Amino acid sequence: MLHFELVTPARLVRSEEVHMVVVPGTDGEFGVLEGHAPFMSTVKDGSIKVYKSAGSTPEEIKVQGGFAEVGVNGLTVLAEHVEG
Amino acid sequence: MASLKELKGRINSVKSTQKITKAKQMVAAAKLRKAQAAAEAARPYASRLAEVMGSLASKVAGQDNGPLLMRGTGSDKRHLLVVVNTDKGLCGGLNSNIVKEAKLQARALEAAGKTVTFYLVGKKGRAPIKRDYPNAIAENFDTSTVRTPGFDEASAIAREVIAMFEAGKFDVAHLIAPVFKSALAQDPVTTQLIPVPAPAATSEAGAVVEYEPSEEEILEELLPRYVTTKVFGALLEREASEQGASMTAMDNATRNAGDLIQKLTIQYNRSRQAAITTELIEIIAGAEAL
Repeated sequence: MLHFELVTPARLVRSEEVHMVVVPGTDGEFGVLEGHAPFMSTVKDGSIKVYKSAGSTPEEIKVQGGFAEVGVNGLTVLAEHVEG
Repeated sequence: MASLKELKGRINSVKSTQKITKAKQMVAAAKLRKAQAAAEAARPYASRLAEVMGSLASKVAGQDNGPLLMRGTGSDKRHLLVVVNTDKGLCGGLNSNIVKEAKLQARALEAAGKTVTFYLVGKKGRAPIKRDYPNAIAENFDTSTVRTPGFDEASAIAREVIAMFEAGKFDVAHLIAPVFKSALAQDPVTTQLIPVPAPAATSEAGAVVEYEPSEEEILEELLPRYVTTKVFGALLEREASEQGASMTAMDNATRNAGDLIQKLTIQYNRSRQAAITTELIEIIAGAEAL
């Protein structure tokens, strides 16, 4: 499972184990699965799709501005604003 | 000697003051809890951001063509002090301590031959700093229009400061803001804001990180955000400090009012008894004379 964290300046929005997360990067969308190579990208305004398990319908979280980092600890998305 | 009526009036007026300070103390205590929770909730973002900055900065460090916000203008003649004060009073010595720290820094910089300008956040710093530096105040930022200053205010402040930097109005910026330690201690602390101090490089062993877009572009985007986060942190600390200081100050005020009421009550009772005694003596003396 992939450890996914979504953080805004105001609070820690999500910290959970998920199957896959699709992030709207500035240079195009990218999906992150467990064991992804270290990677860093800026994020454009759009929605992050969180797949709880393989084949499940994704949960969408709208974010504004920020960046995503994939490291050994999983995926961390730092967003300026999160809707909902 | 004050008359009985006057004493009664004073006691009542101190009592109503005590009611106000007591209420303010309880309000501050409730708000403090909220402010502290907010300050804590903001920590993960700040620490993550610092981590990312660390790993990026170590890659870009040493290059001459790094982003302007990181390498600075190359001079350190003109300094900007971003001073974060509260908007409301009734919080003890908090604001005067912040102003004192700001003036201390300003004097030290001026003694070293630099020029100093101020960027003031919050209402309470304006008057005392204006008294000493009437021409050095570049900008006032008003945070009193919103109930709790949040990230929007922080990014507005950061945007303005960065715009001033890019327009070449100053070389180095420092942030002077209170740091909340406990309800009793909130010390003003000065930290460098611009150029962004290179964080301690975190050495991630082995892993080659891919960047999209390039390192420089990400860093370029990251630095303003880092400044914003710093300002946001300062605003949250200010909020917690204000409530903490207010709680302590109001607690003292309530206790002082209690002491004063006690003293006045004793005085009141004494003069009442004295009046009764005099009256009795008069009556007895009158009876004896018959």
